Amino acid sequence: MKNPVLNISSLVGVIVLAFAIPYFVEAFTVLNFTVYIIMAILSLSLAFVWGMGGIMVLGHSAFFGLGAYAYAIAAVNFGPGWEAVTLSMLVPATFAALLGYFMFYGRISDIYVGVITLAVTLILFNLINSTSGPQYKIGSAPIGGYNGITAVPTLSWPNGNFIDINGMFYLSVGLLILSYLFIRYYLSTRYGKVTVAIRENERRAELLGYNVAQSKLITFSIGGAIAGLAGCMFANWGSFVGPTIFGLVQSAQIIIWVIVGGRGTLIGPILSCIAIQWMTTQLGMQQVVNVGFVLGIVLTIFVLLVPSGLAPLLAKIPNVVRSRLNGKPKEDVALGSPAEEGQT
Amino acid sequence: MDFASILAIEILGSIAILVLISIGLAVVFGMMKVINMAHGEFIMLGGYVTIFGTTHAGLNIWFCILVLSPLIVGLVGLVLEWLVVRHLYGRMIDTMLATWGLSLAIVGLMTMLVGNTTTGISTPLPSVAIGKFSTSGHVFFLIALATFVIIALACLFKFTTFGLTARATTQDANMVANLGGNPRRIYAVTFGLGAALAGLGGGALAPIIGVIPTIGITYIAKAFITVISGGATVIAGNLAATSLFGTINQLFTYWYTPIIGEVALLVCAVILIRLLPQGITGRFFKGTI
Repeated sequence: MKNPVLNISSLVGVIVLAFAIPYFVEAFTVLNFTVYIIMAILSLSLAFVWGMGGIMVLGHSAFFGLGAYAYAIAAVNFGPGWEAVTLSMLVPATFAALLGYFMFYGRISDIYVGVITLAVTLILFNLINSTSGPQYKIGSAPIGGYNGITAVPTLSWPNGNFIDINGMFYLSVGLLILSYLFIRYYLSTRYGKVTVAIRENERRAELLGYNVAQSKLITFSIGGAIAGLAGCMFANWGSFVGPTIFGLVQSAQIIIWVIVGGRGTLIGPILSCIAIQWMTTQLGMQQVVNVGFVLGIVLTIFVLLVPSGLAPLLAKIPNVVRSRLNGKPKEDVALGSPAEEGQT
Repeated sequence: MDFASILAIEILGSIAILVLISIGLAVVFGMMKVINMAHGEFIMLGGYVTIFGTTHAGLNIWFCILVLSPLIVGLVGLVLEWLVVRHLYGRMIDTMLATWGLSLAIVGLMTMLVGNTTTGISTPLPSVAIGKFSTSGHVFFLIALATFVIIALACLFKFTTFGLTARATTQDANMVANLGGNPRRIYAVTFGLGAALAGLGGGALAPIIGVIPTIGITYIAKAFITVISGGATVIAGNLAATSLFGTINQLFTYWYTPIIGEVALLVCAVILIRLLPQGITGRFFKGTI
């Protein structure tokens, strides 16, 4: 991906393809694809925090859920506008900063970060789940407990027009591309380079004088904000939020997308998210095999046999082909080395 | 006075439940540095063994709780250790992810087998009256069982050859291997023991909870928090953390609602880990088991 011409042409290719899709498939498929794209934003945010920043967040759905709930509650109170969207990113980012302060400045190890984030999302799930009843409301928005918030007011275009199914799809694709470009830009800055350096060797980065805790806190908060944006889009997509978006299954799915796509890449988790969701939808249509069963087996097998995920594996193929054609062996071009965590 | 003793019993019961759901995880984490994400599912399997043992096979409930549940779940643990966990020793995060996969798979499998419905059995003990208040007799059984489990584990680690080798393996696995021990077998047995303890906990709780394939989620967060706050020392850490969290959980449950009780438990744990990153036993009770 070092070639800028290739980069820009593939970006243009993706945009053209995305704009063409609604002309060739049914509205129902577009609706399904929209949610795949929204989840891909979520997958991208974890690919950034975990794959690039080396922070293993097991309960990433906490930020997704907070974003969705923040949007829904703000939209009911102030109407669906830029305030609600801003809050949907601000609330999870602030929450991430608070939680991150305790974790990163407390210098707790990777494994504890994972467990604490997981516990936090489970507690949020329990907390929201128990708020059914008219006495639990924020402003004029009832939280609704396990029933969630229904009929969430949805966004409209800046000129006031209603966003239809295709419009929602385009908006999601646009936000996915924007998030991707933003993360690529961030990683090319000085801060982003420190982020990756910490993943590679935290002790060394610290000894070189970088503020590891602060850098991790920023990475974690940015990841939280992007996950919140995905949550906001999700609330818009179904005009509904419920407590299951905090659930363990949702968190596990994000992990599976990133593991299968490849830690240390951004494109891998995006593509694997879309592919796995498509597979999940297909599996959901039959009654024999449980979806969770299949996803669980996939996760275990990937961790055991393909720990660096598919993207680094697929990225090697052109090199192998080229070296075969040239008739001489060639070193692999590293495309973001797979995160070797725990050993550092 | 009656009320105070009821509240004391409830607090002790809350601690006992925390001990029963977390001690298996504490053994596996403390001895092997493995965080087993499928621990909640082992509890769930233990619950199902007891329920199906009594309702379908017509076995004695005490036999099911005390023998059958730990035995069967312990065997499941041994098989999964052999299939998955064995290949990932020393890679904490990968172990965690792989066992999370197992957790999802076990939930999916049980949903396919028994369906997504809640089953339960009635408590075998009558309720106990203290003055004008009464409490479930099962609470006394749980307190007794938790006490017994703690004492038995302490004896196992302190007075048996297995316990000695296991503690030595925790300190230096290579040295144990040099001296003729077999760390791999120690690890396998320890994982099986952790699973069996989870099975025992699930069996013991089955009469007071409704068992459903997804029940593990309810316990896993609390069990993790307890184990991590306790620190690497298995029994002292577990006792300290369960006593603290059990008391806080039950008091806040009594003052507000069970949900506030859980939130209070979590907030307390996050602050505790900020103050004591190595867990309670990283600072206090050093040199115990």
